[in-house]
Amino acid sequence: MEVFVQQLINGITLGSVYGLIAIGYTMVFGIIGMVNFAHGEVFMIGAVISLIIYVMVTTVIGVSAGAIFFALMMCLVIGILTTSILNWAIEKVAYRPLRGSFRLAPLISALGMSYALKNFVNIYQFERSSNKSVPSIITGNIPIMTSSDGFEVVLNDKNILIVLVTVVLLTIFWYLVQKTSLGRAQRACEQDRKMASLLGIDVDRTIAITFAIGAALAAVAGVLYLVYYSTVSYNDGTVPGIKAFTAAVLGGIGSLPGAVLGGLLIGIIEIMWSNYVSSDYKDVAVFAILIVVLIMMPQGILGKPEVEKV
Amino acid sequence: MSTADMMTSNAPLLQVENLTMRFGGLVAVNSLSFQAAKGDITALIGPNGAGKTTVFNCITGFYKPTEGRIGLRHGEADFETGLNAVTASDKASISTEKGSIYLLERLPDFRISKDARVARTFQNIRLFSGMTLVENLMVAQHNPLMVASNFTFGGLLGFSRYREAEKAAKEKASFWLNKVGLYDRADNPAGDLPYGDQRRLEIARAMCTDPVLLCLDEPAAGLNPRESLLLNGLLRSIRDDHGTSLLLIEHDMSVVMEVSDHIVVLDYGTKIADGTPKQIQTDPKVIAAYLGVDDEELEKVEAEVSA
Amino acid sequence: MSASSSEMMTANVPKGVNWSYAFKEAFTTAVIALALLCLLLGVTTEGGQNILIFKPARLAFAVFLAFVVRFLVVVQKERKAARLEAERLDAVAGIQPKKRRNWFERAEPYLQPVLFFLMAFFPIVLVTTLGGQASTKWVDNYGIVIMIYIMLGWGLNIVVGLAGLLDLGYVAFYAIGSYTYALLAQYYGFSFWMALPVAGVMAALWGIMLGFPVLRLRGDYLAVVTLAFGEIIRSVAVNWKDFTGGSAGISAPKITFFGIPFNASDEGFAAKFGLEFLPIHRSIFLYYIIFGLAILTAVVTLKLKKLPIGRAWEALREDEIACKSLGLNTRNTKLTAFAIGAMFGGFAGAFFGARQGFLTPESFSFEESVLILATVVFGGMGSLVGVVLAAIVLNGGSELLREATFLEPYIGSDPNRYRLFVVGVGMVVMMLWKPRGLISTRTPTVFLNERKAVSGSLVKEGHG
Repeated sequence: MEVFVQQLINGITLGSVYGLIAIGYTMVFGIIGMVNFAHGEVFMIGAVISLIIYVMVTTVIGVSAGAIFFALMMCLVIGILTTSILNWAIEKVAYRPLRGSFRLAPLISALGMSYALKNFVNIYQFERSSNKSVPSIITGNIPIMTSSDGFEVVLNDKNILIVLVTVVLLTIFWYLVQKTSLGRAQRACEQDRKMASLLGIDVDRTIAITFAIGAALAAVAGVLYLVYYSTVSYNDGTVPGIKAFTAAVLGGIGSLPGAVLGGLLIGIIEIMWSNYVSSDYKDVAVFAILIVVLIMMPQGILGKPEVEKV
Repeated sequence: MSTADMMTSNAPLLQVENLTMRFGGLVAVNSLSFQAAKGDITALIGPNGAGKTTVFNCITGFYKPTEGRIGLRHGEADFETGLNAVTASDKASISTEKGSIYLLERLPDFRISKDARVARTFQNIRLFSGMTLVENLMVAQHNPLMVASNFTFGGLLGFSRYREAEKAAKEKASFWLNKVGLYDRADNPAGDLPYGDQRRLEIARAMCTDPVLLCLDEPAAGLNPRESLLLNGLLRSIRDDHGTSLLLIEHDMSVVMEVSDHIVVLDYGTKIADGTPKQIQTDPKVIAAYLGVDDEELEKVEAEVSA
Repeated sequence: MSASSSEMMTANVPKGVNWSYAFKEAFTTAVIALALLCLLLGVTTEGGQNILIFKPARLAFAVFLAFVVRFLVVVQKERKAARLEAERLDAVAGIQPKKRRNWFERAEPYLQPVLFFLMAFFPIVLVTTLGGQASTKWVDNYGIVIMIYIMLGWGLNIVVGLAGLLDLGYVAFYAIGSYTYALLAQYYGFSFWMALPVAGVMAALWGIMLGFPVLRLRGDYLAVVTLAFGEIIRSVAVNWKDFTGGSAGISAPKITFFGIPFNASDEGFAAKFGLEFLPIHRSIFLYYIIFGLAILTAVVTLKLKKLPIGRAWEALREDEIACKSLGLNTRNTKLTAFAIGAMFGGFAGAFFGARQGFLTPESFSFEESVLILATVVFGGMGSLVGVVLAAIVLNGGSELLREATFLEPYIGSDPNRYRLFVVGVGMVVMMLWKPRGLISTRTPTVFLNERKAVSGSLVKEGHG
């Protein structure tokens, strides 16, 4: 029981990170119907940039609690700005010219982009070693229960931070897409891009902003990932990216609450599987679940079923 | 309305009984029953949203009806006893030496064309636009050609049986291209054809599957008067020269009244009239449905007519 | 961009380029590049102590590069827009445009024979000109590698190009073929030729196994499930250590000349045939095996295209619902496409095993699937010649980068590190340049009077 609770806490933490990345996939899919395969790399770049900023700030002002807080704030702000511009640029360069063209062209372009970004970071940041790490950023913990044989369930401060940041961000984000004219424009573009543009919505701008928002959330996920693992590799975009995408599909692609729910489920499943079954096959488990879900309910848990008109 | 007072000039080919189709809470088709007779052109008409295409999709297997039975007869088998026998069994069809009976709602979609021989066209034309006209018609002859190619193995080894079958298939394709006046464009891509020609090509393609019943979803939509006239001729010729019965959805009354032998009128998913073109033209309910009379007024109109 | 397939001469003179606009655009791009790259390029950390290192030179260079590239792109775009405008004015004035086909369109009819002869005589030409020693590398690293990708491209082409089913996990079948050979050889002593058909059958069976569940899925869902399938196969190969050797790999017997090994011993190929021992013998033999397998793939594909099954695949790509209405069993049609495509992947896999002599799951990563899919899409869906061109450009080009060591002093590190980066950028640029691939026209499979090519813009890409 105690072990289970501990693993649940870890699963929710990891799931929060997946959920934040998954939102980027699901929003872009919702609005232009393509899988942005470069999104995982945007997340990875967010994490790498955070690491650089963190190192820069702590080199200059030390590692006191205040300094770490300041460093993480800087990571968030600069990370969000950089990845937003990056994703905006990716959309403008690699996807916008292909919009409305052959369906596979943007897909290949996205895969190429993912390849290019990953290897770019590898060339220029990971020349000497395949990963970079920093000393644990947040270390405190709160014991919450102890089993009879002495196993202590703890709530790490970093777990609390990660879940807290995720909840706050999701609230802001939720407000943005539900209550503002931007959200309305997004939903209009989802329904019918041509009609939306005829009604005076700037479709290009709406799509560009969607990419930027997705990237911003991925950057936050990147910062949290760094906080959680204290280590980053140029490879870290690929597998978490695919898992986050799995989460988006599991939750029902196009559905925002679905992405978060899917992220949490994938996080919990992954942790539980590693703990109770075998850590070797945790990726197999995630992908097998993806296949089963898609076959049993292709629209995902919260997605709308697709009805094809004959 | 029971089957007894349905108007039929010939032996029934298709029998729809109590067909109901619900989408969530929406009842698109409500307990519809009608018959289409062999050798007839039966028209299904009604205002927009009356559920006509839904009926078509049920008959051609794209929807599984919520309730009801759709029977189809090949040959001279006894329809009622046959239908009851199939319904009681868990099979989708039975064959006797006099013919076969199919329960269309039990057949998987592609078998409706392959075995029951019901072909259809679509309201929003569905041609293989990147393939040429001949190729479109060759795809329609897939099943016999597949058998002739010994399920690919014979064809791969170049057996003469397949070569002959392919030659025959090409001849059939040329025949139908001539028939719809598109022979000269045989080797052009289907997507390049003007709208009216695409409609006719779709009919030709459906006919290449040798159907006993051809279902046409708004064949005259978007045609100009001259093309409509040509279409009338084509539909009659399909009925008279090829022994294929037709079931069509149509809004163009000049086509419907001109070619149909039997008309079924739907409104809000319910049948409101069933009869010959003459009967339908004077039916107050039909007029009310098309002109949008209030329910109260309808009663008045009915009272007047019956008086 | 794709419209540039035919250049026109116009009577109305195109407007000149707006240089200040181009300059402004380029400047903006440079500023954005600076913002993006100042952390990624300008700073790096090193070692366990995370020492910060500032690298202003490479940052400045990258920003400058962004400026130049954007400038050139804008100028090119402006020129094209001006030319199109002049053409439009011509059309308004009733002047018939003089159509001038560009080099690529003129070359197209000759491509097929030229490429075939190039492929058939590649090693012979090399050996006679460069000699046995020097040509080994070219036959091995270029000839065989490109040929493997051509074969994989042709195999995947059946699934993606003809049937229109998106498959992002094709490498799984390649892996199954390889491991089938390696395991059969290890446990039952199978030779390559005995294992080859088994590898194909195994891959085909797995193709059907994958095909069944994904029948109802379409589009990106299909892409994701196939991707997941590929990852599962690789993950199993990594983790099932007792059976597959895990990440450490498994050895597969190297190819022999029908039992005679290619080595320097007295029993070796060279000794038996009275030749001087050279590694090129093995390479040439391998080359012709993969060439033969690839040609088999092409011949079978071309034959199938003209049979009902092939036509059904293409019809499925064009419109699945229409197929059902015509009585086509779409389930079986899809499964055959998956199975046959997978079978050729399995053959190629077995060959790969025999060539490498040693297999690790690393060879079957998601990136490989992407590369194969990119080859098919860039070649032009359904076009065999296109796949050859794309394979030469993509894989030959990326292999060439390995050679470019002379660049090392200029870029400061091994150019091989840039290889995958360049491949990624290349994929993006290719798609921007020709979204429908190099050869997008489709040749009809049957004709009544004359065979006319179908323009690529009419051919659908499938939704599965």
